[in-house]
Amino acid sequence: MNPAIVISSADNVATVLEPIAAGQTVAARGASVTAVEAIPRGHKIALKSIRTGEIVMKYGSAIGTASADIEAGAHVHTHNVASARGRGDLSR
Amino acid sequence: MTRDAGFLGYPRADGRIGVRNHVLVVPTVICSAVVAERIAASIAPAGAALPHLAGCGQIGPDMHVTHETLAAYARHPNVGAVIVVALGCEQVVGQQIAEAARQSGKPAHIVSIQGEGGTLRATARGIAIARELAAGLADAGRVYCPASSLVVSVKCGGSDYTSGLASNPVVGRVADTVVDLGGSIVLGEIAEIMGAEHLLAARASQPAVGARLLRVVNRVEAEAMALGVDIRGTQPSPGNIRGGLTTIEEKSLGATHKAGERTRLEDVVAYAAPITKPGLTVMDTPGLDVESVTGMVGGGAQVVLFTTGLGTPTGNPIAPVIKITGNARTAQTMADNIDVDVSGILTDTETFDDAAQRLFAVVLETASGAPIAAERLGHREFAIHRRNPTI
Repeated sequence: MNPAIVISSADNVATVLEPIAAGQTVAARGASVTAVEAIPRGHKIALKSIRTGEIVMKYGSAIGTASADIEAGAHVHTHNVASARGRGDLSR
Repeated sequence: MTRDAGFLGYPRADGRIGVRNHVLVVPTVICSAVVAERIAASIAPAGAALPHLAGCGQIGPDMHVTHETLAAYARHPNVGAVIVVALGCEQVVGQQIAEAARQSGKPAHIVSIQGEGGTLRATARGIAIARELAAGLADAGRVYCPASSLVVSVKCGGSDYTSGLASNPVVGRVADTVVDLGGSIVLGEIAEIMGAEHLLAARASQPAVGARLLRVVNRVEAEAMALGVDIRGTQPSPGNIRGGLTTIEEKSLGATHKAGERTRLEDVVAYAAPITKPGLTVMDTPGLDVESVTGMVGGGAQVVLFTTGLGTPTGNPIAPVIKITGNARTAQTMADNIDVDVSGILTDTETFDDAAQRLFAVVLETASGAPIAAERLGHREFAIHRRNPTI
C-alpha cells in the first residue's frame, strides 16, 4: 500500500507521500482509491469524484472550488481547483 | 516540559529578557549603512548592524514604520548597547533612536558622518566606541529566567506539503507549551492567514480582537485585489505550487497550525509594534520572509521558529532563527541550514509530541546561548516593510 495522509474525515482529497503511478492504490484513514493518473510526491489525489463547483476539502476546511469535474483517483491541483480568495483577475 | 522550564538569559532594565547580548549599530539611513556595517564587523560576533534601504525620501506611514522599526530594535532585549550612525541630513532622527535605547536602560552613542568629517573618521570613531561597549557587555553574565519571559515568533518559508503535515503542527505544539508556561507567541504574514482566518478569529479572547483580525485580513485581500491580478503566482509561490500546494487557502490552513492548536488570540498589532500580552498575538506583516521576521523581532520576539519544506537560509541580525523541516530530502540537501529535522513524523518513526519536546529543548538551549545554523552561517537578513513609493 502506498503512503498518503488524510487529515480530516471531512476531506475529499489525500496527500501522497511518495510518487504514485496510474493504477496504484492509495489508502489512508480508512479510505482507499486507485490512481487514474500519476500523482507527484506531496500532491493531492481525489478520494471521491468532485464535480465542477463543489468544494475541495483538506484539513477539514475548504481549500478551493473544483474548476472541472474531478474523478476519484485523479490528480487534484491548480488545473482543476480554483481559489476563492485574492482573485483580482476576476474583479475587473 | 515542566512548569519550572527556563533558560539562561540577560535581564534588562525595562523588565524584558534578552537571549543574546549584541552591540547594535543602527544606520539612520541607507547612506550610513556601509559605515555601520564596518563598525559592527570590527567587533564580530557581538556587533550587529541593521543595513536598510530607507530613512529618507519617505512620506507618511512609511517614514513612521522605518523610524518605529529602528527604535524597536534599539530597545530590543537581545541588544545590550547601541551605536547610531547618522549621515546628518536625513529624515530619521538619530537622537530619537538613541533616546529609545536609553529609555530602555541601554548605553547609546551617535556617530555622524558629516559631523565627524567623512567615512574614515566616522568609521574610526564608531569602532573605538564599539570596542568600549563590547568590552562592557563581555562582563555581563546570564541568569536563570523563566520560560514565561519568552516571546517566540512562528514563521514558515519555502513551504511544501510537509510544512502543513509535519513541521507546522510540531511548532504549534511548542507554541501551546510556551503559552501554557505564560509566554507569548507572535504569528505574522496576514496573506497566509487568508482562508484560515475563521479558525483563528474563533479563538479570540474577546470579540473585538477577532473582528480586528478579520478587518486586517480583508484589507490585505482588498489591496491584492486592487492590483487586478490573481494573487496566485505569489500566494502560493511557484515553488509552493511545485511542492503540491494548490491555493492560498490550503497554504494558510497548513500555515496557521504554527500558532498552536489551543492558544487564545489575545491581540492584533501593527508592523514591529510591541507584543505585550501573554498568549497569541497576530502582527500585520507581509508574507515576504525577511520583512515578516524583521517586524516580529522588532515587536520583541527573542527567538524565531521558522519551518521550511524546500529549505531557506533566512536569519536576523539580533535574534536566532531556528530552522525546522519535515522534508527528509531537504534535511539532507540543505543540512547546513537546518537545525531540527522532524521528517520522522511522516514515516511514523517519531510522534508529534516527541518531536515537539525535542524542539522545545532546542528553544531553551538556543535561548541560553547555543548558536543555531543561521548564526553560524552569518545570515542576518533585515528588511523594513514598505508600502509607499520613494519620493
